[in-house]
Amino acid sequence: MGQIEKITSLHLDILKEIGNIGAAHAATSLSELLRKKIDMHVPKVEMVSFNDMMEHVGGAETVVVGIYLRIEGDVQGSMFFILPIAQANRFIQRLINDPQFNFNNHPISEIGLSAMQELGNILSGSYLSALSDFTRLNIYPTVPGLSVDMFGAIISIGLIEISEVSDQVIAINTSIFEEDIKHRNEVQGHFFLLPDPESFATIFKSLGVS
Amino acid sequence: MIQSINHQVIKVGIAELDIVKTPDTIRTSGLGSCVGVVLYDEVKKIAGLVHIMLPDSNLARAETLNSAKFADTGIKALIERLNLEGVQTFRLKAKIAGGAQMFKFTSAKDTMRIGPRNVEAVKKELQKNSIPIIAEDTGGSSGRTIEFNPTTCLLNIRTVNQGVMEI
Repeated sequence: MGQIEKITSLHLDILKEIGNIGAAHAATSLSELLRKKIDMHVPKVEMVSFNDMMEHVGGAETVVVGIYLRIEGDVQGSMFFILPIAQANRFIQRLINDPQFNFNNHPISEIGLSAMQELGNILSGSYLSALSDFTRLNIYPTVPGLSVDMFGAIISIGLIEISEVSDQVIAINTSIFEEDIKHRNEVQGHFFLLPDPESFATIFKSLGVS
Repeated sequence: MIQSINHQVIKVGIAELDIVKTPDTIRTSGLGSCVGVVLYDEVKKIAGLVHIMLPDSNLARAETLNSAKFADTGIKALIERLNLEGVQTFRLKAKIAGGAQMFKFTSAKDTMRIGPRNVEAVKKELQKNSIPIIAEDTGGSSGRTIEFNPTTCLLNIRTVNQGVMEI
């Protein structure tokens, strides 16, 4: 392996900038979609163990709405957009104009699921196209999948590829929130970008850093 | 269930293994495509749990091998750990859970089928060691949290949509 351990603070800054640009574009898309002000937190780049990764967003057992896609092309990796149930409910209620919609009511209505799927498509698309413009790398995302389940069960799929070479993961973690409920100090939605270990060199090279 | 005051729940993380003795229980949370393998001795009331991520240690490209991560090396390491506690391999029985496919993709990429592949690899390794599978809850598309009680030899499985069951 080795590659991951050689990452310097300059590298971390680059990864933070990627999280920053990606999430800023996604926040703008979401804001236009919902006609609401959406803001973002300062991106975090973390090198953590798998178990620490599972402790995000309230822990492995917390039920969340998760959008997942694989990135292919010049860079490979996994990307997640994770929403707590309450927040996903608010977004979808607003999108489909149905205040009764709830991800906890089974079976979950088809229209709500497809709205969530579409929201995932749009947000991950704007995140990744910003990333592609910034790095000038070709990035081909797969069609995002949707799951309403335990956070640990969802995020672990992104650790599989990494686990062949490492017991640690570098996660580019950006969170967004609705401006008018900012005072509650709740993080409302998380983007996790987990590049495959081999892809870090490509990312750094694309920005002129070896 | 009435539990003694000294009852502890031993937590096992992803790609980890540990053992438990009565009256304690052992638990792992948020299994998706991973498989939780419980090996137990009903007479001695000792059990072990390994939280497996990948089917085969041949997939490893790391310099150091975390044996608990793979089906083949993880089960072997768990058997050895139980042997150290005086449990004989021929007394061991298994209960397994997990191996879901959390997202439905059309992609043929092997990573997407990792859940079923993990289950196949676990079964192969158990068969190799002549350890019978007494019960299993594998596959599907739901995450699972599991807890094994070596006193009752029951595996408690919680999912988001189907509630709680014991096998």
